[in-house]
Amino acid sequence: MNALTEKQLEKMLRQAPTGADLDRAVEGLLGRAERDGLVDIAYAGVDSPFGELLIARTDRGVVRVALPTDRGRQRPRDEVLEELAARVSPRILESPKRLDEERRELEDYFEGRRQEFDVPVDWSLTSPGFRSRALHAVARIPYGRTKTYTEIAKAAGSPRAFRAAGTACGYNPIPLIVPCHRVVPSSGGIGNYGGGPEMKRALLGFEGAL
Amino acid sequence: MSHGSLPPFQQLLDEHGSDVLGYLVATVGPHDAEDVFQETFIAALRAYDGLEHARNLHSWLLTIAHNKAIDHHRSRARRAIPAGDAEEVAGSVASRNSKPEEVVTGGDPDLWRAVSVLPPKQRSAVILRYATDMSYSAIAQAMDSSEAAARRNVHEGLQKLRGEFA
Repeated sequence: MNALTEKQLEKMLRQAPTGADLDRAVEGLLGRAERDGLVDIAYAGVDSPFGELLIARTDRGVVRVALPTDRGRQRPRDEVLEELAARVSPRILESPKRLDEERRELEDYFEGRRQEFDVPVDWSLTSPGFRSRALHAVARIPYGRTKTYTEIAKAAGSPRAFRAAGTACGYNPIPLIVPCHRVVPSSGGIGNYGGGPEMKRALLGFEGAL
Repeated sequence: MSHGSLPPFQQLLDEHGSDVLGYLVATVGPHDAEDVFQETFIAALRAYDGLEHARNLHSWLLTIAHNKAIDHHRSRARRAIPAGDAEEVAGSVASRNSKPEEVVTGGDPDLWRAVSVLPPKQRSAVILRYATDMSYSAIAQAMDSSEAAARRNVHEGLQKLRGEFA
């Protein structure tokens, strides 16, 4: 057999060897990273009647729920994760197992078996002050009921700040679990919703609030 | 606490995971590659939030993989030959410990067997250059050497392979 030319050899060397299983290696990695406490944010996708949601949690609780359309427009998953990386921590890994409880509660909600969420919330993405007080007030609105933006503003300590209450809802990082779909304008109508007014109407209809 | 523009870590895994695993299969063999892969990414995850910029994350990961592969060869060498120089015996230990069922698939198995017994620096340089398609400057960075040394290691590795493999 003749010696290989350098070109032939280089071509063969570009065919990287395989023989290990990337999926299995990644699964093992995830287990080790979780045990060592190196995953600051775990996330997973969850099916919903409105499309796939993304949920993310820290050690403290759910930090983000991204609706299929978010703040009124289509948002790719990458963008949601990049925002989390910049604002909370870049140590983010996809880890569906760590979100089992959150996924189950959301699925139960969409199937009408659950009216309240028990999973804890991590408010890291909400600035303290008015916005935080407003969203905490939103979090207390029971299933099947609505409050007006004015009532939320009042509960947050600034009765005339109904527009700011609307903005606070618009920046709600944890929709559904913090049910900003239950906040409506006092002038009537359905008002705005990050996931779109149709989704808001559908959720309120489903909860029997319309 | 600002993390500037570091991408979500999952993105590193998605974009570079298969290159890192390919490098490790070629370097430590398929049997141990998954374990060293995990050690590589655990080390990366530990260091990640201290990184000051997001440039050359591919080279950064392969640097860590390269160091973990060296650690791996050293600990194997220590176990196999307590009184040997780790760097010198690493190649032969790796090949001796390869069981038939560990033989790599994809590419040419005989060629990769020949690569696995190259001297460590030549082996790493050749794998980084071709299997993971890195530039000489990136190889130099990953192996903590000069660019000239990276070229030389690739060149000498290729000459040896041509002589032994044909």
